[in-house]
Amino acid sequence: MRKRLDVLVCGGAACIASHSHEIKSRLIDEIEKRGLSDEINIVETGCMGPCELGPVMVVYPDGIFYIRVSESDIPELVEEHFLKGRPLKRLLWETPEARKIVEDKKLVPFFEKQKKVVLSNCGRIDPENIIEYISERGYEALGTALTAMSPDEAIESIIESGLRGRGGGGFSTGLKWKITRKSPGEQKYIICNADEGDPGAFMDRALLEGDPHSVIEGMAIAGYAVGADRGYTYVRAEYPLAVKRLEKAIQQAREHGFLGRNIFESGFDFDIELRMGAGAFVCGEETALIASIEGKRGMPTSKPPYPASKGLYGCPTSINNVETFGNIRHIIINGPEWFKSFGTEKSPGTKVFALSGKVNNTGLVEVPMGITLREIVEDIGGGVLDGKKIKAVQTGGPSGGCIPAEYLDTPASFESLQKLGSIMGSGGMIVLDEDTCMVNLAKFFLEYTSEESCGQCAPCRIGLRQMYNILIKITSGKGELSDLDKLEEMAKTIQGASLCGLGQTAPNPVLSTLHYFREEYITHIEEKRCPTLSCLDLITYQIDADKCIGCTTCAKNCPVNAITGAVKQVHIIDMEKCIKCGKCFMVCKFGAVQRY
Amino acid sequence: MKLEDLKKIREKHQKDLILREGDARIRIIVGMGTSGIAAGARETLNAFLEEIDKRGLVDVIVTQAGERGLSSHEPVVTVCEKNKPKIVYGKVTMEIAKKIIAEHIVNGNPVSSHVLEINQ
Repeated sequence: MRKRLDVLVCGGAACIASHSHEIKSRLIDEIEKRGLSDEINIVETGCMGPCELGPVMVVYPDGIFYIRVSESDIPELVEEHFLKGRPLKRLLWETPEARKIVEDKKLVPFFEKQKKVVLSNCGRIDPENIIEYISERGYEALGTALTAMSPDEAIESIIESGLRGRGGGGFSTGLKWKITRKSPGEQKYIICNADEGDPGAFMDRALLEGDPHSVIEGMAIAGYAVGADRGYTYVRAEYPLAVKRLEKAIQQAREHGFLGRNIFESGFDFDIELRMGAGAFVCGEETALIASIEGKRGMPTSKPPYPASKGLYGCPTSINNVETFGNIRHIIINGPEWFKSFGTEKSPGTKVFALSGKVNNTGLVEVPMGITLREIVEDIGGGVLDGKKIKAVQTGGPSGGCIPAEYLDTPASFESLQKLGSIMGSGGMIVLDEDTCMVNLAKFFLEYTSEESCGQCAPCRIGLRQMYNILIKITSGKGELSDLDKLEEMAKTIQGASLCGLGQTAPNPVLSTLHYFREEYITHIEEKRCPTLSCLDLITYQIDADKCIGCTTCAKNCPVNAITGAVKQVHIIDMEKCIKCGKCFMVCKFGAVQRY
Repeated sequence: MKLEDLKKIREKHQKDLILREGDARIRIIVGMGTSGIAAGARETLNAFLEEIDKRGLVDVIVTQAGERGLSSHEPVVTVCEKNKPKIVYGKVTMEIAKKIIAEHIVNGNPVSSHVLEINQ
């Protein structure tokens, strides 16, 4: 019999970490106890997006959206809402500024400005149940392509749609397929690049966890289009849930005949194998990834030849990103014109961003291309935390750059971000507030990329390390003005002389912060001061003798006994011993501890 | 597997997801406050679900709400149809529920004997 309520419990990694599995089993118990099992359907879905508010849960048909649910809430929730029809107000979503209760999920600004295409099934269907995917027109695109389109027609449709690679490069997906198809060779391959490595980015993970079949379907269509019978998904081993759901999905797809021999009785054979990566950032670079699949050390090779002509095992290979594959079925079903109806002329469609940093609603958002960064941060993200001022938005991870607050009205598209010295990248978006030190941020990224450099070419291996050392020097108050010129000079050399994308883009965080926030570097060098008080070596703590009443609280709390002074006498901090943890600053009730 | 087989699977299971659309032609809201439940609202609700399932109606959803204050008329049921006045029914037993489905939902003729209120 049909159920009266569908209760969707988020099974994204963030919600699982905050115990959504326990919540789900408690729900099942409680519903059983009240004899409601026949009326209520409990579904575990992929990531719903607002991870900050997890564990989250949606109850249909009314779309009532619950946040921060805990196991102990369940008995009350079941009794009040599921039995008596009164949604539990205290768990409903509240917007931070108005604290106004918005009952209907559709009214929440976080969802309002989003346009879910790739993520349309994420958080809505059970990713481990192929039937739910089929009910959402799953595998219809594959069936249509195989029975009603020639491979060339499928390619033309993707070219016509203007879909560009969502992994960051922004190259035309259809064109890549066309080149792979035309490249001579009996054996061809499809690779799905799921080696998502940018710190803070989790778009691909969410799609693989929430709707793995859409990626499988996209790969199979790609296989048909380029003439490949074999696909590999290269996914990080750090994504165990994505791996598990993908494995299950591949198995189900085989059982239903969507993978394997003679798919849709068209004579087309295609199957997918999973390959797990050990988490090296450089393996997201396509030639390094291919080497890793071949069982070799993950090191890039020079391009050309591009994988489209000479890729995996020397055969023509089309390698596309997870999100790119997630778009394919929608374009085949709805047509290229439909796809072009969102986004901008040169960047059609939508883009998934992982919104993080100093913003109220962190999580996963899908927006039409061309929406401004301000809309993403202020409307969808709910503005900066604690009412602070926004300083910049970092896009594109370690290969990207910072876009200062005055450019927030820039549309999010491949071209416009590039014009500002950043990149779209795979979709990481970190919001920085006025307390973020831009020199320190650049140092963070350089530390990451210099660690992740594979080491085969000198500009990247030595150059990045040297740039990192200069940044350490500046943030510890030993910098000289000439260091800035050195940074720029080295950055340009590394960009020009590195073999692969890692080295070519790694200096970007330094260049873009130097360009937009040069005065912050100069303050660090000339005044030996960090304006945001982030660089520990440049901070001094001192006790104001006029304000200190000698309560001894600071001395008691100091973990290294750096504060001396008797009761009712002015205390003194010994800067030799001080580790600058800031504890005294936090505990002093009289504002006597000063930090500058 | 042929394309037609795929469509068959979809048609068979599509109704399982209908609740998540949140956009049905008709919503039947059963009052499930304490007095509603005491008067048999649960049985009424199940009767609606059973009848809808039996007739394979895909554009009708059954949901629930709290008390309307009409205790003496419980179970109280509201039928909301797009672009039409809301109709509130009182004393909806399992039999009346089946009648509402047959006469009102399917044929468009409200069961006048049990109408309490018509909201424009």
